[in-house]
Amino acid sequence: MSLITVTNLSVRLGAVPVLSGVDFTIERGEIVTIVGPNGSGKSTFLRCLIGALAPSTGQISRAPGLRIGYVPQKLAIDPTLPLTVGRFLSLPRRRQPADVAAALDQAGVPHLEARQMADLSGGQFQRVLLARALLENPDILILDEATQGLDQAGSAAFYHQIEMVRRRFGCAVLMVSHELHVVMAASDRVVCLNGHVCCQGTPELVASAPEYRALFGTGTKGALALYRHEHNHSHEAEGCTDPSHAHTHAHTHAPAHSHRQDEGQNV
Amino acid sequence: MFDDFLLRALLAGFGVALAAAPIGCFVVWRRMAYFGDATAHAAILGVALALAFGLPVFTGAVAVALLMALTVSSLSGRGYSMDTLLGVLAHSSLAFGLVAVSFLQDVRIDLMAYLFGDILAVTTGDLGVIWGGALGVVVLLAWRWQALLTTTLNPDLACASGLDPKREQLVLTLALALVVAVAIKVVGVLLIAALLLVPAAAARPFAATPERMALLAALVAMAAVAAGLGVSFYHDTPAGPSIVCAAAVLFAFSSLWRSIQNAA
Repeated sequence: MSLITVTNLSVRLGAVPVLSGVDFTIERGEIVTIVGPNGSGKSTFLRCLIGALAPSTGQISRAPGLRIGYVPQKLAIDPTLPLTVGRFLSLPRRRQPADVAAALDQAGVPHLEARQMADLSGGQFQRVLLARALLENPDILILDEATQGLDQAGSAAFYHQIEMVRRRFGCAVLMVSHELHVVMAASDRVVCLNGHVCCQGTPELVASAPEYRALFGTGTKGALALYRHEHNHSHEAEGCTDPSHAHTHAHTHAPAHSHRQDEGQNV
Repeated sequence: MFDDFLLRALLAGFGVALAAAPIGCFVVWRRMAYFGDATAHAAILGVALALAFGLPVFTGAVAVALLMALTVSSLSGRGYSMDTLLGVLAHSSLAFGLVAVSFLQDVRIDLMAYLFGDILAVTTGDLGVIWGGALGVVVLLAWRWQALLTTTLNPDLACASGLDPKREQLVLTLALALVVAVAIKVVGVLLIAALLLVPAAAARPFAATPERMALLAALVAMAAVAAGLGVSFYHDTPAGPSIVCAAAVLFAFSSLWRSIQNAA
């Protein structure tokens, strides 16, 4: 069965409807990226999935015993709270030092146990958050704009790490991001959210969907550039909401070929 | 040399120090200083009500402190600025408490004793209440420690791990109300917040982990109790304020040490 199934989810924060009629599923081992403009309800959606927010209507069903590894958008640790990396990784469940060391290693930041969280660089901090999520031995990793504050190279490296983790653990990955190009290239499926699901499908499909274009305009040339090697124009076949639209985007890219297996090396 | 009343005072102070230190750390980490103040000030209203209805002072103080803490928790995030809300509640509950006390004509109350504490008048019975409450707080916090820390870091992180941040908040609130109630006799409602904050703040530069900070804060608080009582005994100063003064001096040394470390 699916790890998480969302049916007709609607959320109001105060009087403001943030999400309406969202249907969503994620399968074991799948990498799904949620994109959408600011205020489109991406974080709200994730918070519903982890149980931090109760939906106004609709249902969220998780596979029994589902283990979630959550990497929050930001984690502001009050400077008055002393916290070593090792101690942080032992929250809320106590972990063996060997497990902590292994998780740090898998997240690409070995031997940081004794460092204070406050002394970490942005990239290290995000990887420590990832290590903590891995310690849950998750069925699904949920990342909320996990690369905020990292530069392009840093976030590319971070997502590469996620790819490796996914291969190693076989966990599903659900992430939210603004950095469309890096994220989308590594995704099996992209969901474009703006209060509701505008469109979804393979990255190349969503990138050329008019709903996506309407939201992100043509200012995402950088994003599209990274798809060019896999842009095979097969989107009519799959489920974008409006398959009959005219493809007006500029075809400046190289001839299409489509081996998605190579992705990992590109990011 | 050690009179009985002084020994009882010392034991009472140590009990409060032990409970106030860990909860004080959470108050500092979660930036709840004003919240602690409001809860403590509300306790004077509880004292007045308890005296009026012939209930134990401890019960009244816990009940009203808890009520205040719950009110603040539920009102927060409803469009009020927390800062303003707490300012209003902290001072108005103190004012209402003082007015309520003035209605109690039958009972001769030494108001100062509740405002600034009366640690030298601690009875054996008081000691039982103080240590009972203090141990209750310590056990409660030790039991929920991991969950409380996770919630303090980030409520969403706690949710994702299957914890309920609201329940943990409630645990903290309850612990805070208990500490306030047991601390009234020692430092009085006006200075309880100091006993929560100052030792925790003084411990911060020397701690690498939350546990170490809580432990150090307890030691600082105990040292302050001992020093404060000593000064009070030999120089006839008011005991509660003397304890807070001693804690403040320790904090000053700690800050000094930190700036020297940073400069080096």
